[in-house]
Amino acid sequence: MTSTADVIDDKLLQKRLDKAMFNRRLRAFLLVLPILLFLLVVFIIPIAYFLFQGIYDKTFSSIMPQTTEVLSEWDGTSEPTEEMFAALAADMVLARENKTIGKVATRVNRDKPGSRSLFTSTARKVSKLEAPFKESLPDVKDKWNDIEVWQAMKTASRKFTPGYYAAALDLKLESDGSIVRQDEKRRIHMILMKRTLQISFLVTVFCLMLGYPIAYLLATLPAKTSNLLLILVLLPFWTSILVRTTAWIAMLQAQGVVNDLLVFFGITADDARFSLIYNKLGTLIAMTHILLPFMILPLYSVMKGIPPSYVRAAKSLGATNWTAFWRIYAPQTIPGVGAGAILVFIVAIGYYITPALVGGQEGTMISNTIDGHMRQSLNWNLAAALAGVLMIVVLSLYWLYDRIVGIDNMKLG
Amino acid sequence: MKKVTTLLAAGLAAAVGVANAADSITVVSWGGAYTKSQVEAYHKPWMAATGNTVVSEDYNGGLSEVKAQVEAGNVKWDLVDVELSDAIRGCDEGLLEEINIDDFPAGADGTPAADDFLPGTYTDCAVANIVWSTIYAYDASKMEDGPSTIADFFDTAKFPGKRGLRKNPKANLEMALMADGVAADEVYSVLETEEGIERAFAKLDSIKGDVVWWEAGAQPPQLLADGEVAMTTAYNGRIFNAVASEDKPFEIVWDGQIWDLDLWVMPKGAPNKEAAMDFMKYSTGTEALAAQASWISYGPARKSSSPLVGSFHNKPELEMASHMPTSPDNLKNALQNNFDFWADNQDQLNEQFNAWLAQ
Amino acid sequence: MALPAYAGWGERVWYYAFRFICFLIFVFLISPILIVLPLSFNVEPYFSFTPGMLAGDPDAYSLRWYKDILTNGMANPEATTGWWADVWNNAQWIRSMRNSFFIGFFATLIATALGTMAAVGLSRSEMPFKKKIMAFLISPLIVPLVVTAAGTFRAFSELGLAYTHLGVILAHAILGIPFVIITVTATLVGFDNSLVQASYSMGATPLKTFFRVQLPLILPGVISGALFAFVTSFDEVVVVIAMASVEQRTIPRQMFSGIREQISPTILAVATILVIISIALLATLEMIRRRGERLRGVTPT
Repeated sequence: MTSTADVIDDKLLQKRLDKAMFNRRLRAFLLVLPILLFLLVVFIIPIAYFLFQGIYDKTFSSIMPQTTEVLSEWDGTSEPTEEMFAALAADMVLARENKTIGKVATRVNRDKPGSRSLFTSTARKVSKLEAPFKESLPDVKDKWNDIEVWQAMKTASRKFTPGYYAAALDLKLESDGSIVRQDEKRRIHMILMKRTLQISFLVTVFCLMLGYPIAYLLATLPAKTSNLLLILVLLPFWTSILVRTTAWIAMLQAQGVVNDLLVFFGITADDARFSLIYNKLGTLIAMTHILLPFMILPLYSVMKGIPPSYVRAAKSLGATNWTAFWRIYAPQTIPGVGAGAILVFIVAIGYYITPALVGGQEGTMISNTIDGHMRQSLNWNLAAALAGVLMIVVLSLYWLYDRIVGIDNMKLG
Repeated sequence: MKKVTTLLAAGLAAAVGVANAADSITVVSWGGAYTKSQVEAYHKPWMAATGNTVVSEDYNGGLSEVKAQVEAGNVKWDLVDVELSDAIRGCDEGLLEEINIDDFPAGADGTPAADDFLPGTYTDCAVANIVWSTIYAYDASKMEDGPSTIADFFDTAKFPGKRGLRKNPKANLEMALMADGVAADEVYSVLETEEGIERAFAKLDSIKGDVVWWEAGAQPPQLLADGEVAMTTAYNGRIFNAVASEDKPFEIVWDGQIWDLDLWVMPKGAPNKEAAMDFMKYSTGTEALAAQASWISYGPARKSSSPLVGSFHNKPELEMASHMPTSPDNLKNALQNNFDFWADNQDQLNEQFNAWLAQ
Repeated sequence: MALPAYAGWGERVWYYAFRFICFLIFVFLISPILIVLPLSFNVEPYFSFTPGMLAGDPDAYSLRWYKDILTNGMANPEATTGWWADVWNNAQWIRSMRNSFFIGFFATLIATALGTMAAVGLSRSEMPFKKKIMAFLISPLIVPLVVTAAGTFRAFSELGLAYTHLGVILAHAILGIPFVIITVTATLVGFDNSLVQASYSMGATPLKTFFRVQLPLILPGVISGALFAFVTSFDEVVVVIAMASVEQRTIPRQMFSGIREQISPTILAVATILVIISIALLATLEMIRRRGERLRGVTPT
């Protein structure tokens, strides 16, 4: 029989235990808190902020506020009114003074190519123009009568826009808000995305083909020999990627070592040397080399844990070497294959340096294009949208990796 | 927050011992033989005369870095050597400091700067130093009866072998049209039309499989030397230098050359404005421009410099005049790059060009 | 996997064929790294073997590219006084080497301090949301570098951190964190928690326990994590391209533009030096690993 006092004691005890447990959890969590905050501030928020630009663009609306206002009421098909022209002229005067007209011009030019100089040259004269602007603006450039320019401005004036994601998927946002497929000769991003996936897949397969025998050899050799050979795997792993890429240029170029050897052995003529670099082949070879240790190391650690007695038992029961390997050994290496393959694939899909240096035109990948939009065409919004698409692919693979391998099983060397 | 981090950053910079003297300017240019010519003709004498230092940095053209620095409010570059279309675009977008040509020194013969500079070689934000040209070149030791017209470049049946082209639609589209029989003075009016662009791409398509793409100006001579290509487009000065200082057997084909300007611009908010302005004036002076012409075959932008152009710096027998893009012999079938066209159509053509490359 | 005495003919062939295949794969792994060494002594300014080099002519070899590492960018390479000071202050490669070590050191410090603390927390059984936090901390390894570079550059610009050493250090610290987490947690798996309890029961404070008991035992893991973090920073170029101006240029950044802009065997000379550095690092790591295993009573594998 339980007395009331006991019940209270129990509850008290439970409460104190809970409290102690809570404190311990809190203490453990406090150890992790600094790093979480650090990553949140310098990593997660910056990336989120960057990706946000894929759907948000206030260039036009902030520089041309009056025009944005009247455009929002315009139906997009009727003839532009004097009110619209007047707002445009007023905004342009200010934009010219603030030297921001170039930004507007660039922004509208994205939707209506060839309209850059329309803005910059009109802006130079706009302060001297007089009402009615509906007549004086087209006097400067008759292109202002082109309704497509106004439609492009309407599209550009949207702060939140699906336009960049559409462009990232080779689609196009029309001024009425509908989305259509991009002109055939301007479709590029899906081709690049497919190529990126294809190269990553091939690199993964090559790494598996080359990595599996090596891992097997290392796992079955006596520790002393295998440790020595492991260094041959780790040395490339620890050597700078730039060094290895440079080395492949020296190996594969037309006057390079490989071609020299091929000519020497009479496999090809001196004037018919193979193009092994600055193309897809170059990217594949160099990337396989760089990512191979990422495949060997997880495979090796899994294979090391497989007791040799299983295969021996199979053989003693009459299995041939072939059967023993495929039926007994290989299935046990699947976790290693999964870990290595997904890791290689994830790293490959976001690869930048090697394709940029040895890829030529057909070996470049989506990362290079993102970089190009950031640093050459200065279209951060499109870069953000492309990065968003890439992130979706990568994060789903990461999730898959966690499901199959488990993040806490990731090992290095 | 910004203040704190800036302070912290400055402290760290001091700790690593980066020279932070006020009289050190960062000058950005295209690298290789071209930067070398500027170092010899501008940087060294200027440093000797003023006691200031010049940190030289290389880039591959375009406004992206300037834009990033100006928008980040942390400008590191004092002067940048840009193409005309970028100078104009940068000025429109408010990325560049304005300059006044009347502040520049008069020519050695006393002509005011505004008249001494060749027409069109200065703008509200930029002053030109040189006239350069995109030409194509080949290795004469490997081709006995070499190509002589722009059409030959696209004729892989007559002249087999790989071709080097800049990975950019600029100059390529124009050359393709000229090779396709369009007269130089009609090139841009043809390019204004959809069909014209199609026509240019179709011509490029005919050699697409044989093209090795280059991005930096130093690459084409290397590609030729390594035998990666049989002929390549290039900046004329780079090829000239490989011939003059490394005795490479390269031959320039001037037919269908496209000439352009390189100009100094100052990013808005440049850290050492005064010293950089002084450098800009010094380096576009009559003597400095003439001196540069003895290091690389780019034509000076000042009229008063031309008579002073002599021979290559270490080869007195090598007269420079005939190697300039502006030499009358070389201008027979030449085209001036149209900055208006490119400022307008760059983005769209880049996009189409990249799509074409990927397909 | 020694060949048993009773192996048949087919087995023998396969045994040697397999070893031959493995040999070829090792050649694939190592030869590009080795090829760099002789080429860096080429007297000609190209990336290929000249006939003279192949014939063993000593005149075909030179140290000019190693000299170029020192002199490239110097204000006055012909000066007689202050030559080394000039090298130290102005030579491009020397400057990038200084930057690489400076940035690498501080990025490693941040990543290792934060990462070790977190790994200790994660190793406790009472840690809530363990797997989720772990996945989060590893994510910088997974996010494509271009995205990290773009995101940090944009945000750091607003804070005035773009084009500063601090900006590059912070971004590199992010990239180093996953490596520290992975290696330190791996070491902690074999850690005997009763040692900590013993320390507590003898009256040590948690801080003292960590520094006097736990840290010495997990030190090998911490050091190899730190080495990984350092190498990550030392090797990283995508973030540096976006975040660094010429003042923060690191070695790989300098190599990157070297390969793209003015290909010269100087790059091969630098590469040779880097290969030697990585061999040294690898040796250190191996020594630490063996020592650690001895300390924890694990027999070396």
